[in-house]
Amino acid sequence: MKRGRYGNHGGQFVPETLMNEIIELEKSYEHYKKDTQFIDELNTLLACYAGRPSLLYFADRMSRDLGGAKIYLKREDLNHTGSHKINNVLGQVLLAKNLGKTRVIAETGAGQHGVATATAAALLDMECEIFMGEEDTKRQALNVYRMKLLGARVHAVTSGTRTLKDAVNEAMREWAGRVHDTHYVFGSVMGPHPFPMIVRDFQRVIGRETRSQILQAEGRLPDAIVACVGGGSNAMGIFYDFIEDKSVRLIGCEAAGRGIDTVENAATIATGRPGIFHGMKSYFCQDENGQIAPVYSISAGLDYPGIGPEHAYLHDMGRADYVAVTDDEAVEAFEYLARTEGIICAIESAHAVAHVMKLAPQMGRDKIIIICLSGRGDKDVAAIARYRGENINE
Amino acid sequence: MSRIENAFINGKAFIGFLTAGDPSIQKTEEFILEMARGGADLIEIGIPFSDPVAEGSVIQEANLRALSSSTTPHRVFELVASLRQKTDVPLVFLTYVNPVYNYGYEKFFSRCQALGVDGIIMPDLPFDEKDEVRDTAERFGVDIISMIAPTSKERIQKIALDASGFIYIVSSMGVTGIRNEIVTDIGAIIKSVRAVSGIPAAVGFGIATPAQAKEIIKTGADGVIVGSAIVKIIEQYGDYAGRYLYDYVKSMKDAIN
Repeated sequence: MKRGRYGNHGGQFVPETLMNEIIELEKSYEHYKKDTQFIDELNTLLACYAGRPSLLYFADRMSRDLGGAKIYLKREDLNHTGSHKINNVLGQVLLAKNLGKTRVIAETGAGQHGVATATAAALLDMECEIFMGEEDTKRQALNVYRMKLLGARVHAVTSGTRTLKDAVNEAMREWAGRVHDTHYVFGSVMGPHPFPMIVRDFQRVIGRETRSQILQAEGRLPDAIVACVGGGSNAMGIFYDFIEDKSVRLIGCEAAGRGIDTVENAATIATGRPGIFHGMKSYFCQDENGQIAPVYSISAGLDYPGIGPEHAYLHDMGRADYVAVTDDEAVEAFEYLARTEGIICAIESAHAVAHVMKLAPQMGRDKIIIICLSGRGDKDVAAIARYRGENINE
Repeated sequence: MSRIENAFINGKAFIGFLTAGDPSIQKTEEFILEMARGGADLIEIGIPFSDPVAEGSVIQEANLRALSSSTTPHRVFELVASLRQKTDVPLVFLTYVNPVYNYGYEKFFSRCQALGVDGIIMPDLPFDEKDEVRDTAERFGVDIISMIAPTSKERIQKIALDASGFIYIVSSMGVTGIRNEIVTDIGAIIKSVRAVSGIPAAVGFGIATPAQAKEIIKTGADGVIVGSAIVKIIEQYGDYAGRYLYDYVKSMKDAIN
């Protein structure tokens, strides 16, 4: 396969101004990923700061209640800053520091990646600016203030649809204007090569831990791994070390919003077509003229019109299945997990939980499913209350 | 001789950009004819895209206006068909890869050839990804215009050797938009290009005034490219921008010759 390609997908579709920067980034990454000092430093941060390894928790009540497969939860929600995003940002900000950069920028949707980036920047003493769609700054005001507390500047993006894709556009524009001291911390397994590879590698720790934890708990590999997919970083992170194990079904859950038969969804595999955008060839939600579609999901973190190129490839190969989960199903799963297991998960992760609520009863009690619980749900409580017609002050 | 070469035979070239469908396709046709009459040697027609990541706010807004007036690649092709009844001015498209990919490369470039579009600029298609369209574009005789940026360094000659039509030298970091000052050593980039290729080199990004255009020409450039300043005139005068565009283009063309 060609460099930076996943089958037909991937590539480096960015303005010439950024080309030398991403070529240099790839070279440096190839160097530092074998550098023992870099690896030690990152592992120390992951263990002593982020709180890794995260638990693999057997959800006994949920398993019994659903009456089928045994369900385990990979608890990325317990990481520092409350989601899997910290794995990637610690890696990338540390890398940026080694490259001599003094400033990091990032896009954010729900605010989780922005908060994580601001956190890593505070810890590693870097300047930090976050681009967030104006709509999202309103939906996630608390996270905006968190980023400010952490010392970051937050730009409310007013172009286009004022959501995640526009935040990416604006961060790319900013980066093209100032590459000499600035690193763009992509938040997912997307964008131009080498980002899909770098982010996946930094998120692989999820799958690596899961593998040894499930072998220890059950003495065998699981039958299915289920994760939510926006750009797809938590899913890629937990899938990657199981790709060669054909007995393990890999299932990504996209946001179907108000349904894949409506225009209000963000289910790229279900409703998108091949395209080239944000530096990569992949699948995108777009209209008949190739204009990128305004997408919708209750989950700001899944509200993105594309999917990482390696997921597109896993889909083409038939190695992973991608299913669509509606707002309604996700909210029900959010509430169900809280009631049954005492865990308030992110609305993003609730998309994976919702699919497992359908899948587990169809599988025998000797089967094992692992859900990647990518984040915690504190940020979503007010929105879920609104969804249920209750207005509470955050 | 291709029409793009014709753009560089009347002294230093003035290249003007506008977004098709801003404010309407009919007006775009009139504006292009006015710009040609004012002395524009080549015109870049923007096919609007929802997410133009290489553009500053002025051209972003033009893209939105064009999309809200229902401008599609199909309608832009119709515009070109109509223009070609009236003018021989060299025309190139400026758009992003996705609308072209979505249209189908074969269909897109064959229509370019049939209707008389001489080249295409895609800011998100760098040299390294040119294979995406190379064979198809060549087969239909459409030049893929390559860009060189202030950060291109050792890539300059690789890009120049492979370039066709003309080379678009990006004057500044960042996105399109009017700038007070251009700090890049453009003379050095042009020298590096000239060492390996005789292809014409035009400079764009940030140029708005006759004085700036003159300065750029002093670096050895074969032409200047102006986008945002033209789009601003259209933004300001709307349907009545025609005569202002003529005056502006004439003042720029006079300044560089």
